[in-house]
Amino acid sequence: MPLQGNLRDFSTTQLLNLINLAGKTGTLTLFEGVKTGEKDAVGGDKMTPGRERARISFKVGKLILAALGGQDGNLVSVLNKAGKLTDEQARIIRERARNTSDKALALLLINANYVTQRDIVSSIQQHTLDVVYNLLGWSEGPFRFEDNSLPSSDRILVPIDLENVIIEGARRIKEVEQLNSHLPNLDMALKFPDNPREKFKGIHLSVEEWRVVSFVNPKNTIRQIAKANNMSEVEIRRIIYGLEQAGLVEIVRPAAAEVPAGAVASGSGKPQVPAARKAPPVQKTVVNRLIDKIRSI
Amino acid sequence: MQTVKMVITGPFSSGKTEFIRSISEIDVVTTERGITSDAERAIKESTTVAMDFGRITVDDDLVLYLFGTPGQRRFDFMWEILAEGMLGFVVMVDSTKPETFREAKSILETFRAYAPTPYVVAANKQDHGEAWNTDDLRIALRIEEGVKLLPCVARDKESVKTVLLELLYSILEEMES
Repeated sequence: MPLQGNLRDFSTTQLLNLINLAGKTGTLTLFEGVKTGEKDAVGGDKMTPGRERARISFKVGKLILAALGGQDGNLVSVLNKAGKLTDEQARIIRERARNTSDKALALLLINANYVTQRDIVSSIQQHTLDVVYNLLGWSEGPFRFEDNSLPSSDRILVPIDLENVIIEGARRIKEVEQLNSHLPNLDMALKFPDNPREKFKGIHLSVEEWRVVSFVNPKNTIRQIAKANNMSEVEIRRIIYGLEQAGLVEIVRPAAAEVPAGAVASGSGKPQVPAARKAPPVQKTVVNRLIDKIRSI
Repeated sequence: MQTVKMVITGPFSSGKTEFIRSISEIDVVTTERGITSDAERAIKESTTVAMDFGRITVDDDLVLYLFGTPGQRRFDFMWEILAEGMLGFVVMVDSTKPETFREAKSILETFRAYAPTPYVVAANKQDHGEAWNTDDLRIALRIEEGVKLLPCVARDKESVKTVLLELLYSILEEMES
């Protein structure tokens, strides 16, 4: 029977951990959630699987392939993305080798000295990891794990130990949490410090950082800057964190945002756990009598 | 007359009342009332407010009481009272509802803190097609290897007997260790 549920209740990291520990072989598919209008057992919105968002395959607990929905993830695309093939080379190969399997294509490319075997393995590995790190941040959506379902035999599979993926994933999630806690409200604005010219002297900013800097104005919210630059919330938070740490920008905090929402009394709703209490002494004969009785029912 | 007590706990709708009903020699005394939230109503019409109460008479001198805890957090003030003096406890988990696993783990930890008595985890509804198997559940709930995680069907008396016997064996083992 398939292992299924919702990432809201069982996170991607937990799923990877389970697959790793149980040494599972099969394919995990993550879906967009379509709300049914009903509630589940804990009051969350019940969801049925909608469009496929990602597919990840495992063999005996090792990650072997990952692809995001809507991306073909074939060898040419992966090598092109990794910079091993130019756009032009990729276009020509796609045209000429349309019906060639990844394995056969890899042999042709190696023999033609376009790429080395190491290029292929490292590119596929990096692509797989990029996909998995991307989806580790997903917090909601139905999933299903089909035992023993594997990709077609013409795909090149590069086994990757899950331990490091889980550790790196956890580190990235922690980084996102720290960034969120540092900048909980994207509706705040940015302003330059009092002597910006002095501060920017000799500073080398990346293209993305310059893009953000060019929008710094107390009238622009951070959310608007992210939208104007087509950046995700994580990206804009990371860039602003760096700029702020370097003293290049200041966050204009609305008075109400002084204390991050939820920071007050966190965990105060938890029941107080009293000191451990031992059961009254019961003799072994009593337990044996209970066993005999229950056996006889 | 000596009385001993076991507690059957677990999240809302995990099958605690049914478990006790399957084995109790008396009609289970339940303090149930109508469900108020839509989400909960979708699952069942009434729920245990304070506790379920079942009984197994061993002989003239010994009676085993089974107490089922209310599954909803808003009644958790009752848990501590029910846990007092228990011989051991069973944590029921609905194997078909992964959204309740986190709550099951939290309840398990809370009861472990109440009293360091032996316990087993019963993976209920193993007869359903959507049930997670016990190996996966062990990892999902982070149950240590030494703790028994048993497949269970709460409306099946034999299955319930097995769970209770396994708990009693654990209690015996602890006495002997």
